[in-house]
Amino acid sequence: MPLNTQPNFREAGKRYFQTFSPGDDFYELLIDTHRDLSDDQSAMLNARLVLLLANHIGDIGTLREAMRIAREGV
Amino acid sequence: MQKTFTYPKFDFVTPPELAEGKSGHYPVVVVGAGPVGLSAAIDLAQQGQDVLLLDNDDTVSIGSRGVCYAKRALEVLDRMGCGEKFVAKGVNWDVGRTFLREGEVFNFNLRPEADHHRPGMINLQQYYLEEYLVERARQLPNLQMRFKNEVIAVTPGDDKVGVRVETPEGAYTLSTDWLVVADGARSPIRTMMGLDIEGKIFMDRFLIADVVMKADFPAERWFWFDPPFHPNQSVLLHKQADNVWRIDFQLGWEADPVEEKKPENVIPRIKAMLGDEREFELEWVSVYTFQCRRMNEFTHGRVLFAGDSAHQVSPFGARGANSGIQDTDNLAWKLKLVLDGKAPPALLDTYSEERGWAADENLMNSTRSTDFITPKSKTSKMFRNAVLELAAQHPFARALVNSGRLSVPSWLQNSSLNTPDTDTFAGDMIPGAPAADAPVGDGGADGWLLRQLGNRFQALHYVDDASALDAATAQALDQLAGNGIAVQALVVAQRGQAPSGLKTLIDAKGRVRERYDLQPGSTYLLRPDQHVAARWRALTPAKVHAAVARATRNA
Repeated sequence: MPLNTQPNFREAGKRYFQTFSPGDDFYELLIDTHRDLSDDQSAMLNARLVLLLANHIGDIGTLREAMRIAREGV
Repeated sequence: MQKTFTYPKFDFVTPPELAEGKSGHYPVVVVGAGPVGLSAAIDLAQQGQDVLLLDNDDTVSIGSRGVCYAKRALEVLDRMGCGEKFVAKGVNWDVGRTFLREGEVFNFNLRPEADHHRPGMINLQQYYLEEYLVERARQLPNLQMRFKNEVIAVTPGDDKVGVRVETPEGAYTLSTDWLVVADGARSPIRTMMGLDIEGKIFMDRFLIADVVMKADFPAERWFWFDPPFHPNQSVLLHKQADNVWRIDFQLGWEADPVEEKKPENVIPRIKAMLGDEREFELEWVSVYTFQCRRMNEFTHGRVLFAGDSAHQVSPFGARGANSGIQDTDNLAWKLKLVLDGKAPPALLDTYSEERGWAADENLMNSTRSTDFITPKSKTSKMFRNAVLELAAQHPFARALVNSGRLSVPSWLQNSSLNTPDTDTFAGDMIPGAPAADAPVGDGGADGWLLRQLGNRFQALHYVDDASALDAATAQALDQLAGNGIAVQALVVAQRGQAPSGLKTLIDAKGRVRERYDLQPGSTYLLRPDQHVAARWRALTPAKVHAAVARATRNA
């Protein structure tokens, strides 16, 4: 499965009238999840989140591609 | 400092209460002659309502202030008979570009499809809007404006509201059935009534500099994150009329607002940005902070709050004046029906319901933009910068770049005034939707659907050939006008003229059919504020009447 880098956020049962809304829903959720955490706690949350999402994706070829892009330029 | 605009001075005229020593009573008094108060007064007056407008000042907005007016606000101004002049003077734009340091990472187009009358946005200094609205107000003989009339006390009652007014010639008292409050973010009347407005203040400061210069930058919105000329902060550039450019610098919370406003501190910032020896003059400078907050209820008995007095948002998104004008769009027709005894006062609760929903949407979007532009933690900033860096190459990240989600109308999809769909339609014109524009007729000045809509309930009925409309349907459409709250029938067709003199709109380009998913027989009920109230695949007069009753709280 090739890595999807096109806009891909959506939520079941929710209707969007503006293209930016689903991505903004996700981003707000992400920032809210970190609210009131220390920097170390946030780093730990991010690590756990990466592991959970990686397992959900499952396909190691896809994950390898995501890791390569993420590593570039860091 | 201002050189491009001459402020009008509105004369104080001795009010009859002071001249004759009588206490007047008025059906509606509007407080505040900013864009929102003027819109409310004009909208009511052009529906035939006597209106008194009070303002504490004697001129228009000092400084350019709100400069971005969105498509929906322009459509409302069109309905109020002053859109054309405003748009002609303003700077049309649709494209916004976002830069990280020196490179563009994202752009948006506010008008992705053709065949709409109005552009996504125009930029025009707020004083022009107010000047044009005052001109429009002066054309309405039943709209009385009193400048230098400041409300100093309000006494809400069950059957009327008492208002104490201070003028240069002394104070007087009047009473009104309904008081519409549009006295701005600090709302003295909200304070007098001891009403809460809840939300948060953002710990950041911004410098606005309006400069006059000859520049050939395109008419687009440009937004920089961390530009070399203003490191670690954001900058926004907008073109206004008269070669005035709005530059908005993020300063951070520690900045000293008094120092930052001094020309010797402002000018070097602008020179660094322009990067050349271009000549410019400072027109207006202001340092601002902002709050995101709203009142729980916009209606308090006979006192109705609109615009900034009821809700405030961050400026990223131009959701202040634009949402205030939409408040009055929603309020005026409801208040008129209540004043005429055609709807119960409970209809006004739906003003609070619908515009409260819109305020929440505006607060959500502007807060999201603010959180992206000014991240509050190290982690937030890291995510923000990761998005910006990925955005150069990856489309998904571009969609997450948030330099302001610009004002769009609310789809009032959960409103209790909507009649839920029982038939199937494609597209976005669901009950509660703001009606989409489309070309109709010969493409002349009134050759747009939205120029034909509004100010009354309307039933839009589609057939391919209007001249083939059967007599029974024509009669049923015609009779919609004569039952309590009148419904004007509009026949939309590809060709022909409907019988019995029914107004016929020719959908020459097929855009109305496309945007409303019309088939022969399809019927939409539209509210006086151009929102969809109900729709069916066939015309049934009883269903239309029931939907009108529902949309006016008569059911």
